[in-house]
Amino acid sequence: MNYSTLLIALLIALGAAYFLGRNRARSLAGQGESMHSLPTHYGALTALWTTLPPLLILIMWVMLEPRIVDALLTMQLPEAIRTASEAEVRLALSKVHNIASDPTMMGQSDLGSVAAHLVDLEQRAAILKGGVILSVILLGVAVTWRRIQPDLRARGEVERIVRIMLFASSAIAVLTTLGILVSVLFEAVLFFQKVSPIEFLFGTTWSPQVALRADQSGSSGSFGAVPLFAGTLLISAIAMFIAVPVGLMAAIYLSEYATSRVRQLAKPALEVLAGIPTVVYGFFAALTVAPFIRGIGESVGLDVSSESALAAGLVMGIMIIPFVSSLSDDVINAVPQSLRDGSYGLGATRSETVRQVVIPAALPGIVGAVMLAVSRAIGETMIVAMAAGLAANLTANPLDSVTTVTVQIVTLLVGDQEFDSPKTLAAFALGLVLFIVTLALNFVAIKIVQKYREQYD
Amino acid sequence: MSIIENHKTVGSPLSEGAKLRARDVCVFYGEKQAIYNVSLDIRQNEVIALIGPSGCGKSTFLRCLNRMNDTIDICNVTGEILLDGDNIYDPRVDVVPLRATVGMVFQKPNPFPKSIYDNIAYGPRIHGLASSRVDLDEIVEKSLQRAGLWNEVKDRLHAPGTGLSGGQQQRLCIARTIAVDPEVILMDEPCSALDPIATAKIEELIDELRENYTIAIVTHSMQQAARVSQRTAYFHLGQLIEVNATDKVFTTPEHQLTEAYITGRFG
Repeated sequence: MNYSTLLIALLIALGAAYFLGRNRARSLAGQGESMHSLPTHYGALTALWTTLPPLLILIMWVMLEPRIVDALLTMQLPEAIRTASEAEVRLALSKVHNIASDPTMMGQSDLGSVAAHLVDLEQRAAILKGGVILSVILLGVAVTWRRIQPDLRARGEVERIVRIMLFASSAIAVLTTLGILVSVLFEAVLFFQKVSPIEFLFGTTWSPQVALRADQSGSSGSFGAVPLFAGTLLISAIAMFIAVPVGLMAAIYLSEYATSRVRQLAKPALEVLAGIPTVVYGFFAALTVAPFIRGIGESVGLDVSSESALAAGLVMGIMIIPFVSSLSDDVINAVPQSLRDGSYGLGATRSETVRQVVIPAALPGIVGAVMLAVSRAIGETMIVAMAAGLAANLTANPLDSVTTVTVQIVTLLVGDQEFDSPKTLAAFALGLVLFIVTLALNFVAIKIVQKYREQYD
Repeated sequence: MSIIENHKTVGSPLSEGAKLRARDVCVFYGEKQAIYNVSLDIRQNEVIALIGPSGCGKSTFLRCLNRMNDTIDICNVTGEILLDGDNIYDPRVDVVPLRATVGMVFQKPNPFPKSIYDNIAYGPRIHGLASSRVDLDEIVEKSLQRAGLWNEVKDRLHAPGTGLSGGQQQRLCIARTIAVDPEVILMDEPCSALDPIATAKIEELIDELRENYTIAIVTHSMQQAARVSQRTAYFHLGQLIEVNATDKVFTTPEHQLTEAYITGRFG
């Protein structure tokens, strides 16, 4: 029995168990029993106990079956392979799997007998699986059906199970984050075994090409990431230089000056900017803005690279404007109207009120918004990949081409890679740095925003 | 409780040589009319209490007196309000000096998130009332003294104003209003968020302030109206029903609606 059949069986069991449980409760109630909970609770309880245990068993089965099968197969492998290195064993096993999936190859290899054993094993596993799942389903129905008695507290039990299910769902999100962090950390540690952290964090030359084969000509690679950090910083700074003032002023206009009609039109229009895919911003930056800047630069006699930090930063700034403005708009709106009234009541004008009362009151929230925007800018990839170039120049000149941490991660991992070369592992080290920086920024931003919330709510 | 057609205010709403005169004031929020043809004079150095059930328009009327309703887009005011004989709704009038002359204290204490000193100095600074730091210090001290707060805060002028107790915050807001040297002070239920002891202090303060200022106070507490005011105006569903000396309103009201309200039959 394959997995989709089993899942359909589970769904049918879910519906059937619900009606069975509910009807049993109803008929008990009909006999004059005073049931603790409503019939629907007994139905839900039966459905949960019927489907959850087999579902869990199924998930475990999916995870464990290949391991057990491989362990059994290994014992069937010829003595010579079994005693050889682990890599040999793995290679042989993957050959066995290939042969098993293609019956015409069965007779052609010395591993044919093992493959036949694998086919046999898989068939038996499928039958066993079907049998186990079906019996657990039936067991669940039977046990719960018997348990349905007037004093069974079905309502409370259903609530507890629901709570556990919800907790499991949120745990998946948290555990995934942790898993990603651990895997990045693990690969980064491998990288730091090959390249010292000091060189990585403080070296000023980035040239990650390494010789893949012994006879290949090429450098041995140099992993000083400072030019990447500097490039990221430069582009983010340019972006924030655009996004913060424009976004903030747009937010002030929308929340303090605009009539409600204008706000209804302008706010969604501004948020459309946030909906544009970054790759579209990317070619806008590469094909329109960068040549435009170069044209201006040349007309005043400046030497502008065709892929400049300025172009990427400008476009990224425009992309972040709605981010800053929409978050700031929220915090400015959260400033109590009574403060504005107090200021107007003293004869202050709108701009005096905004400057001296509203903005200072909203400042922590605005700082939080800006920091979230910064972490967005640091993590942005597509625009820089298309518009800022790949040259790891250590420069503060915005007209030069620079590269960023994210762009280098992309280039390091695009194409055929060897997963134990420092070139590939460097991507994980860069990813780790990026992760830590954005995590720290988000953490600080959230703290600031929270502190602000406490003040007024 | 229905709207009385063409009600003419009973009692004595008008008086000679008043500081503020409202004439046929109507207020609309969009289509909805909130105030119907209110005419009322407010005399120099008197405290007038505006009372009435919730939604009767007393706060709306108060906010007309320094054009605070201008900050609400859909609000429209017709009629005339004369301050020392000049119509404050004249298009040539600038609300900035008007609001400095007719100051306002709000229902909920609303100190700015600044220091006590800066809260008081805010108004004088935006109006350029102090030419030097010493001047400003003097204004701050004098305003706090008049609001009866000086002794409590003189050692922590640079602590945040939001750290004071509710009653102190409200006195801070009164001091802030006094600091711009107004002639009229409007108070919109200034004690509704305060405990009885803080309320007593504010009431005492209102009585002292009467010497120098003209005060209009909206209140839900009839005892408070009786304690602090010389005249009382009773509003009902947007109409000004009766204006009389406070003693008279609370002992022998002329209009049956006023009597019904003060004897607690509704509101």
